Amino acid sequence: MKPTDTNNPEYYHKVVDCQYACPAHTPVPEYIRLIAAEKYTEAYMINWESNVFPGILGRTCDRPCEPACRRVRVEEEPVAICRLKRVAADNKGEVKSRMPQGPFAPNGKRIALIGAGPASLTVARDLAPLGYEIHMFDEQIAGGGMMRSQIPAFRLPEEVLNEEVNYILEMGIHTQFFTYVESLKEVLEQDYDAVFVGTGAPRGRDLPKLPGRKEGDPFIHIGIEWLANVAFEHVDSIGKRVIVLGGGNTAMDCCRTSRRLGGEQVKVVVRSPFKDMKASPWEKEDAMHEDVEILDNHVPLSFEMENGKLVGMKFQKVKAVYDEKGKRQLLPTGEEDVFIPADEVLIAIGQENSFPWIERDIGLKFDEWEMPVVDKVTFQSTHPKVFFGGDSAFGPENVITAVAHGHQAAVSIHLMCEGKDIHDRPSPYVNLISQKMGIHEWSYDSAVAADKRYVVPQAAKAVTLKDRRMEVELGFAPPLGFKEAQRCLNCDVQTVFSENLCIECDACMDICPTSCITFTSNEEKETDLRKKLLVPAENPTQDILVSDKLATGRVMVKDEDVCLHCGLCAERCPTSAWDMQKFFYSVTKAHQL
Amino acid sequence: MTYIKPLFRHPKLPKNKIGYTLKEYEGALSTLCAGCGHDSISAAIVQACYDLSIEPHRVAKISGIGCSSKTPAYFLGNSHGFNSVHGRMPSVATGANLANKDLVYFGVSGDGDTASIGMGQFVHAIRRNLNMVYLVMNNGCYGLTKGQDSATADKGSKSKAGSINPFLPVDLASMAVELGATFVAQSFSGDKGQLVPLIKAAIHHTGFAFINVISPCVTFNNNVGSTKSYDYVRGHLGVTSLMDLVMEKEPIAVDYEQGTVARVALHDGTELELSKLANDWDPKNRISAMNAIERARENEQVLTGLLYLNTDYGDLHGILDTNDTPLNHMDESTLCPGKAKLEDINKGLQ
Repeated sequence: MKPTDTNNPEYYHKVVDCQYACPAHTPVPEYIRLIAAEKYTEAYMINWESNVFPGILGRTCDRPCEPACRRVRVEEEPVAICRLKRVAADNKGEVKSRMPQGPFAPNGKRIALIGAGPASLTVARDLAPLGYEIHMFDEQIAGGGMMRSQIPAFRLPEEVLNEEVNYILEMGIHTQFFTYVESLKEVLEQDYDAVFVGTGAPRGRDLPKLPGRKEGDPFIHIGIEWLANVAFEHVDSIGKRVIVLGGGNTAMDCCRTSRRLGGEQVKVVVRSPFKDMKASPWEKEDAMHEDVEILDNHVPLSFEMENGKLVGMKFQKVKAVYDEKGKRQLLPTGEEDVFIPADEVLIAIGQENSFPWIERDIGLKFDEWEMPVVDKVTFQSTHPKVFFGGDSAFGPENVITAVAHGHQAAVSIHLMCEGKDIHDRPSPYVNLISQKMGIHEWSYDSAVAADKRYVVPQAAKAVTLKDRRMEVELGFAPPLGFKEAQRCLNCDVQTVFSENLCIECDACMDICPTSCITFTSNEEKETDLRKKLLVPAENPTQDILVSDKLATGRVMVKDEDVCLHCGLCAERCPTSAWDMQKFFYSVTKAHQL
Repeated sequence: MTYIKPLFRHPKLPKNKIGYTLKEYEGALSTLCAGCGHDSISAAIVQACYDLSIEPHRVAKISGIGCSSKTPAYFLGNSHGFNSVHGRMPSVATGANLANKDLVYFGVSGDGDTASIGMGQFVHAIRRNLNMVYLVMNNGCYGLTKGQDSATADKGSKSKAGSINPFLPVDLASMAVELGATFVAQSFSGDKGQLVPLIKAAIHHTGFAFINVISPCVTFNNNVGSTKSYDYVRGHLGVTSLMDLVMEKEPIAVDYEQGTVARVALHDGTELELSKLANDWDPKNRISAMNAIERARENEQVLTGLLYLNTDYGDLHGILDTNDTPLNHMDESTLCPGKAKLEDINKGLQ
């Protein structure tokens, strides 16, 4: 094999599993170290720079980083990355002075943002400091989009949401709330230099063909609409017996909100097996903790009415059968249909995009699924001035993905307004610096804590169920946050190997606790080389680091899979052929161009 | 500096026949200099014991004084250990071996501990053919006292400070052959492919198994001009043979050229398979072994591999015809049968 090209920033980036998995590539280990050092404000700002909403995401993020965490591969549970972010947000000091300070000198360009959700807010934050005049339109009473309308206050307190939305709006954004944009054509006619569409996936799926749907309508609600009505205080109660259809996070929010509005017997009924449900495991746990029953393998058959009132629903029992390719089929078990009594039903079976306000004759192409045709890198539509991001670009995802889209769309808009090629993307900001402090000392805490993951304390159920605004999770207090932060393996402190210094004493190979390092003869094919290691490198998703030829003709091969970044290879290296170097990677934002 | 090794290991670390991973054979984190050859030898011992599925509590490590003699703390943390007086490791090993002949004895020593202060003990342990592995971690200098030339430093070898050693070296391997050691091997800490099978064979050999391992001192004796540096040894390696330990008798599967493969049976039924033999070298012939060593010396080579093997001469227990049951397994009445028995014996002598 050829030597690994570590000059490509993506090689070391991939080693930092959490950061690589994060759509916005937040430098996770960097802020976790700052939390351990009680530098909460600095930790917050690292987050704010990357993901714009640390306090919000520290409570509600889908956490793609956590399943990727290296800890999962060496023990069981990942570092509680998401909840550590909240520790930074909860304990930070004054941050506003560290953010770009307006008023900003105008650059003469005007941008329209349709929707005031996370994607649009990110675009606004990235572009406002450059002097753009930004007009933000939204039908709701305040900014935040689905973070305000769909995420219940017991998971995300309004103060936290307002604080982080306002950091952006106070940069001099022209907001036009309570304004439903009815025509993109009209917007374009107002001569904006660019238009960004971040309107989300606003339409909740329904079951229009299910018998009884029409008759039962007063008792049947679409999940996201109902959650918005609760958030904006149009709804403040629900029947005692509630059925929630669906197995995603919206279903979990619906059932838990029901419990707070008078629902006593709340059941989530889902077609798929429990393990296949889309909801995050922790959200399922929280729902069950609040006495919500989850019934899996039940396919809805009909809404049952009596004397003009909904009395319940009928379900067919099914079982999941998987073919060789892992494709699932739900087959009836042949058991008797199940009747579940209910006063009200919430349908939370997914949501979809809807663009009735975009004319189809303005040069903006839609595909066969009625989705706009959007470039995956530039986020530009087929109309050169119109950009999309968040759920409205490629369908429902999550807040952190919307933020990542926003950053890239802002880069495109800025490049376009500067008359540059938007396909010429900026390189990431990268830094690699030795952590050596002395012969055996590192400037990072290299010891590997064996602690198991700590549980985030919650307020008592008896209290939280009485008040839909009372936050359930209390967050880690600083001492517990410190312990959890110590579980981080510092994967961004890279093991950097210089073959010209190596004397092949084998010390690194002998000391490595997880047997990652092997000195061996090279092979043509990577698969053959992987088999020859001390412990064969069987995880193809993790790279191997291959050195150039050494003096004896062998090569050094390091399997990145379960490296603890403990620094022992470098500590036991007599010639500093191994060095621990901190790798910092940051996606370049529009204001850094 | 890290003092405690992280607890996590590779989740797919293989297990040996008795269900242990390498972790169960490791010791504490080494405090020797980074890159010390001794740490590689410790790792080779760990690997050999793991490969042979030896229960760690069936091993006793005994050492004297010096960098080398610190290493038993860094391997086989679950085994018995005795860090004895400078150069007196063979006496302690002899005592332990006489009391319990069922254990595997690892004597770990250095060039100072063996070739200087312990020379008197070393030669007599050989003479008695004590059943043990005697491993010398030989770096040609006194690393623990800032690198003065030791008795094994070659004449003409340059120290880190630049002085040339004017004295002739003690060659431990040829001396062991001369004294009649029944298993003599030489190796290099930077060649585990050779060292691990040698240690395994030494464990299986019944009798005194001597391995002299050139182990560069990275701090005081790894400079240009030193004959015990990584670069010098790598550049001057001569090999008697490639060796493997064959645990069960089976026909030789690979077709080597005529005269290039030999099998030697050990006392316990295992066999050593030696391939690519140096042409006129016969491991069971002492004259041939001495010739090979002398020839290598003349060619400025460090001859490694198995040098000499004698499976005919019995070990100390065999010579003394001791009881099959180890002494430490006998109860007091057996060990001390009492006055009546003594009188019986005395009567028989009258």
